[in-house]
Amino acid sequence: MASFKPTKVQFLPKLGEKVTEDTLYWKNYKSPVQIKEFGAVTKIDFSPLAPHNYAVTASTRIHVYGLHSQEPIRSFTRFRDTAYGGSFRGDGKLLVAGSEEGLIRLFDICGRVALRQFTGHSKAVHVTSFLSDGFRVVSGSDDLTCRVWDVPSAVELSSITEHTDYIRALAPSKLNPDLFVTGSYDHTVKVFDMRSGSSVMTMQHGHPVECVLLYPSEALLVSTGGRYVKIWDLLKGGQELVSLKNHHKTVTCACLSSVGNKLLTGSLDRHVKVYNSSYKVVHNFDCDASILSMAVAPDDEVVAVGMTNGVLSVRHRKHKKDKETLTSRRRRGPSYRVFVKGKNFVPRQDDFLVSKPVKQYLRKYDKQLKSFEVSKALDTALQMWTRTSKPEVTVAVIIELNRRGTLKNALAGRNEESLTKILNFLLKHIFDPRFSRPLLTVGDIVLDLYRQVLHQSPVVERQLQRLMEVLGREAELQQELLQVLGILDTLFASLTPRKEVAALAALPVDQGPQLQAA
Amino acid sequence: MVETSDIRVVRCGGSKVNLTPPIISSDSRFVLCTSGDLVKVYSTRTEEWLHSLQGHTNQVTGITLNPANHLQVYSCSVDGTVKLWDFIDGILIKVQLVEVHETVEIFLSSGLCVSACPECFQLVSVHLPKSAEQEVEAKEMSAVSSHISKNPSCTAFGRGGEYIAFARHLQLNVYFFRKQKTYSFSLKATDKKGAKNAFTCIACHPTDDCIATGHEDGKIRLWRNFIHKKEYTYSTQHWHHNAVNTLCFTPEGTHLLSGGIESVLVQWQYGADNRKEFLPRLGGSILHISASSDGQLFCTSHSDNKITVIESSFKVCGVIQGLVKDAVLTDLMIDPRSKALVLNGKPGHLQFYSLLRDKHLYNLDIVQQEYIYEAGLDQFEVVKAAFDIKGSWLATVEERGKKSSDLEFFLKLWAFDERTQSFVLNTTITAAHTDRIISMCFSSSEETTMLVTAAEDSQFKAWCQGADADTQQDQNFWSCDFVGSYHKLNPTNCSFSADSSLLAVSFQEVITIWSPDTWEMLTTLCQPPGVIRDLCFGRLSCSKYLLGTTTKNLLCCWNLLTCELEWSTSVDVSKLQPDPFSENVAAFSYQSKHTDLFVFKPSEPRPLFTNKNVCSEKVHRAVFVPREEPLNSCDESTQWLNRSQLYFLTQNMDLLTFSTATEEDRMLSSSKQLVIDDSVAVTPFYLLLGKHRQQQQKLNTQSHPVSDKPQQTQGSVTIKELLHTPAHVLPAASVLCSMFVNSFLISNTGVQQDPLSWLT
Repeated sequence: MASFKPTKVQFLPKLGEKVTEDTLYWKNYKSPVQIKEFGAVTKIDFSPLAPHNYAVTASTRIHVYGLHSQEPIRSFTRFRDTAYGGSFRGDGKLLVAGSEEGLIRLFDICGRVALRQFTGHSKAVHVTSFLSDGFRVVSGSDDLTCRVWDVPSAVELSSITEHTDYIRALAPSKLNPDLFVTGSYDHTVKVFDMRSGSSVMTMQHGHPVECVLLYPSEALLVSTGGRYVKIWDLLKGGQELVSLKNHHKTVTCACLSSVGNKLLTGSLDRHVKVYNSSYKVVHNFDCDASILSMAVAPDDEVVAVGMTNGVLSVRHRKHKKDKETLTSRRRRGPSYRVFVKGKNFVPRQDDFLVSKPVKQYLRKYDKQLKSFEVSKALDTALQMWTRTSKPEVTVAVIIELNRRGTLKNALAGRNEESLTKILNFLLKHIFDPRFSRPLLTVGDIVLDLYRQVLHQSPVVERQLQRLMEVLGREAELQQELLQVLGILDTLFASLTPRKEVAALAALPVDQGPQLQAA
Repeated sequence: MVETSDIRVVRCGGSKVNLTPPIISSDSRFVLCTSGDLVKVYSTRTEEWLHSLQGHTNQVTGITLNPANHLQVYSCSVDGTVKLWDFIDGILIKVQLVEVHETVEIFLSSGLCVSACPECFQLVSVHLPKSAEQEVEAKEMSAVSSHISKNPSCTAFGRGGEYIAFARHLQLNVYFFRKQKTYSFSLKATDKKGAKNAFTCIACHPTDDCIATGHEDGKIRLWRNFIHKKEYTYSTQHWHHNAVNTLCFTPEGTHLLSGGIESVLVQWQYGADNRKEFLPRLGGSILHISASSDGQLFCTSHSDNKITVIESSFKVCGVIQGLVKDAVLTDLMIDPRSKALVLNGKPGHLQFYSLLRDKHLYNLDIVQQEYIYEAGLDQFEVVKAAFDIKGSWLATVEERGKKSSDLEFFLKLWAFDERTQSFVLNTTITAAHTDRIISMCFSSSEETTMLVTAAEDSQFKAWCQGADADTQQDQNFWSCDFVGSYHKLNPTNCSFSADSSLLAVSFQEVITIWSPDTWEMLTTLCQPPGVIRDLCFGRLSCSKYLLGTTTKNLLCCWNLLTCELEWSTSVDVSKLQPDPFSENVAAFSYQSKHTDLFVFKPSEPRPLFTNKNVCSEKVHRAVFVPREEPLNSCDESTQWLNRSQLYFLTQNMDLLTFSTATEEDRMLSSSKQLVIDDSVAVTPFYLLLGKHRQQQQKLNTQSHPVSDKPQQTQGSVTIKELLHTPAHVLPAASVLCSMFVNSFLISNTGVQQDPLSWLT
C-alpha cells in the first residue's frame, strides 16, 4: 500500500534581480530617517572618534548630529553666507569649513565661536580639509588657488595656482601629511606634494571633477565627474584602471564602506550605487531627490545621504538584537528537548528492535485532500496567514483541486465572506506570471457559478468590477509589449548580417574527416 | 508466423497475470495465476516465480483448485481442453477434451465443470468422467442457460455447488441443480435517483443462503430468500462511487470483500452491514479478489498487471508485478546501467523490467502526485523519456490535458545517485516550450551531456547542465543553452550523430544539420515529398550516412560528406530503429495489413535480412537489447542478432522478439535440467545447503553451455534425506554431522571455486 503523496508546492524562481550576499548586506538597513535642513546638503562628514557624530553642511550652517539623534547636538551658525565643506580633524576635536565669501573658519567642536579665521581667498571656498598631521589646513577655492594654512598661527603657508578652473574636490592623504589630491572643473585631477610645492601627477578625467577619493591603501584614486566614475592606479603613475558609467546624470559624490572597501557613488539621478571589488554594481538605493553628498559611518552603521531639496536621509543598520526582541514576543512552542526525547537512545547489541512505522506528517490541507474534503481544503489554503505569506501554497492547492476535477465543487456554495476572500486573492495575484494561469480558471468558474446571484451583494460586485478593470489594463499592457517586441524584431532582423549561401555549402566538407574518425 | 532461416518471432514474457482471479493453495504457500498459455506458480512469501505449468496451446482462461484434492488444479483454455495438474511438482495428470468450440471459462464444483462458449455465451454444465486414462473426452453436457453475461465474474456457485447464480444486464438468475429449475429476479434500469442498476459481479455466501451482487453505480445488494420466486428480499449498501468490479466472501462467510476502480479493498462485516474496513491505494483498479481456504490470505489482482497478497489483518505482505503494457506512451528504452527495459508502468511511473529474467525490477515515480482512481479524470502521464549514453541522466516529459485545450507539461531531469542506486530528481522545467514536446534526445558524447527537445511551437531547444555563475550554488542544474528554429516550421524529429558532432533536426520536409559546438546551421537536406517521420544517423563505419523516413512511403539515405542523396527506396516505414552496437538498422514497414521487417546497413540498400509478415498490426515501438554474451553465429541472415536482440511492441501491446534456432536449443536443454524442488522455504539452513548445491551445479554446467534460467540440480542423497525426512524421525544431530560434513568434502574434487562466489 503506497502512502498518500502530499500536494507538491512548486517553487518557481522569481524573475528579476538575483539575491546575492551583497544585496542581503545592503538591504539590511532600516527604512531611512528624513531630516529637513535649510538648504541643499553639500557635505556630510563623520567624526573619526567613537560616538561617530557627523557634521552636515547645509545653507549657512553646520549641524552636528549624534548617530541616533534626529535633533542636532550642536550647530555652528556664525556664517554670513553659505557654508561649504565642513570636515573633522583626525582627532575629531576641530572642524574646518569654507564659505561663499572666501573665509575659512576653524571651530572647536565644543565651542560656538570660530577659533581661527583664514583670510586670503578671493572667491568662494568649496572644499577644506585638515592635512593628516593635524596642524595644517588645505583649501581649494573658485579663485583657482589651492592654499595651505598653519593652524596655530593662522598664517598662509603656501598658495598653488595650477588649476585653470574652479576647484571643487579635495582629498588629503592619510599616510603622508604632505600629499593631497584636488579635482577641478578644468577636467583634471592633480596630486600635490607640499615638499616640492607643486603638482607631482596630473590625470585627465575628461569631465568637470565633482569628487575625489583615496582608497585606504592610497594606491587607488577615485574621481567622479560627468556621468563617469574613474579609478586611477597611483602606483602606476596615474594610469586609468576602470571607467564606470552606471549613472545617467552627473555623479556628485563617492565614498567607501569600511567593511570590504565597497565603493558607493551618489548622483543627481537620485541613485546610490554600490560596487563590488571588481566594480560591478551589486546594489542600488533609491532616493527622493538628486544626491549632492553622502557618507558612510565606520562599520557601515549609518549611511547618510544629502540631497538638493535639503533633506538628509539617514539609514541605520539592522542588528540581530532587534530581531531577537521581535521573535521573543511570539508564543513559544515546546522546547527542543521535547522533540529529541528518546530519539538518541542507542540500542545495545542483543536488544530486539521492534520498528514502529514512521507516521507520515501531513499538512492540514493535505489531510483534507486525503479524505476528499475539497471545500475544506480550499478554505484551509485560503487562511489569512497562508494566502498572504505563502501564496504559492494556496495556488498549489488550487492546481491540485483542478487536477482532481473538483475545483468547481470546492468553489461552489460559498457565502459573501468567503467569496470576497477568494476574489481578494485573485485581485492580488492574478498578474503574477507564476500564478495567473490557475487563477484565471478560478475566476472563470466563480463567474459561472455565481452569475445569477452576483447582484445581491454590492461588495462582491465591486470587487468583480475592479477585477475587470485591472484585467483590461493588463491586456492593454500585454498588447503594447507585443508591439514593442515586434518593433525590436524588425530592428534585429535588419541588423543581422546576411550570410552567403555559398559559404554554407562549403562547410560540410570540412566535417568529413571528423566523421570518418568516428 | 513465417519461418525464415531459423529465425522466428516469439512472444516473450510479460503476459497478463490479471486476466482471471488468482488462486491461493490451501496451505497458503503458493499463488497460481494464468499468464498467457501458462499457469504460473508463485510463492506467497518471497513473491518469487517458482515454475509454470506448460501444456496449453492457447490462452488459459480459468483455473480452480480440485475440490477433491487440494494439491491439484484444473485449468481450462481457449484450445478447448480442461487439464488437471499437480501444481507442486508441475505434472500434468489428466487432459479432458471438451466438445465445445472454445472453452472460455470454467467454474468448478464437486466434479462438475461449467463452461461457456464465446458466440452466444452459453452456460454449459459438463460432467467430467472419472477414468484412469490420461486423455479423455467429456461428452456428457447439458446447457444451463443460453444467455449469460460475457463477464465471468457475473457467475458464481453457491453453497457447495447446490445452485449457480448468474446475472446478465438487469436480471439475476439462480439455477438449482437438484430441482433443475431457474428462478430469475430483475431490477429496473434506473430508479428514482438515476442509479444504474446493471449487475457487474456476483458472489455467493459459502454457508448461508445469500447472494451478493455488485452494480454499475457502486451499490452492493445482498439477496436473501431467493428460493421463493415472489418473497425474495434484498438489502442495499453503497460505498463505491464507481462500478463494483468484484466481490468475494471469506471462506467462513464472516466478511464480504469488494473492490472497484477506486483501488480500495473494502471489507464488509457480514450481518453488521455498516462496519467496514478499508485498504486504500493498492495500485490499479481491483479486478479480482480471492481468498485462501483458511481465510488467512487474500489476493487482489489489479488492472496494472499486478497481484497483491494481503494478510487477513489487512496488511499487504506481497506484490507480484508483471509487465505493464496497457498504455505505453514512451518509446521502449534500455537503461544503460541495468540493461532493463524501460517504459510506462503504473500511472505516472516508469517501470524497469528485466527481460532476461522476465521480472519487474522497480517503478520510478516520475509525476510524484497522488493518483486519483476515478474514471474519466485527466491526469499527468509520462509521455517521453530518454537516457543519456552512460545512464547517469534521465529526462522525462509528463503531460496533462490531452482532452481540454490547456496543455500542462513538465520536463524533468533525473540524476543517477550511486549511493541509493536510483534516479533522483535534479531539475524540473515548468514551461520548457510553449507547446507539446514532440521529440527529445541526449547527445551521445561521453564528456558533456546535452539534451535537445523539439516542440510544436516550431522551436528546438538545447539544454545543458550549466553551472550558473550568478547563483553561486554547487548543485548543477540544467538550463537552456540555445533556441533554434527554421522558417517557423514545426520540428518533427531530432537526432545526434554517433560522435555528437552533428545534430539533425527535421522541420516538416526539411532536415537541418547543426553543429552543437557553435550552434551554426551547417546545411539543409531536402527531399520534397512527405513530412519526415523518423531520423537516425548511421553508426560505426556508416557514420557518414543519415537515414530518414517520410510519410509518403520513402526511405532515404543521405551521404553527409557530399550532402547528396545516396539512395532511396519506396517503403512505408512505421519505425526505424538503429542498433547501437552495429551498423545495422531495422525498419518495420506496414503494408496491406501486415508488418514486414527489413534489416540493412546504410551503406548498401540491399537488406541483410527480410522477414515478411512479422505480425498483423502496425509496429511503432522497437528496441535493440544488448545480449549478455554475444552469439557467434556465422549464418549471414542471423548475424545481425549476434550482439543484440530486437524486441518490438505491436499495437495490441504484445511484446515480441526474434529468436534463432541455436538459442532455442540452448533454452530447451536448460529447461530439461529443471527439477521442481522449489518448495523449500528460504531458511538459514537452506542457504547453507544451497551453497553446497550451487557448487555442484557449477560442476554440472561445465558440460552444458550457460543457460538463462536458474538451474536446479538434484542435491546429494544425504541432503535429500536430511530435507525430506520429518524432524522427529531423524537420528540425533551428532550422528548426522559426520555424514553431513562428508557430503561437502566430495564436491571439492572438482575445479577450485571461491566458496563465496555464490553469495554475490
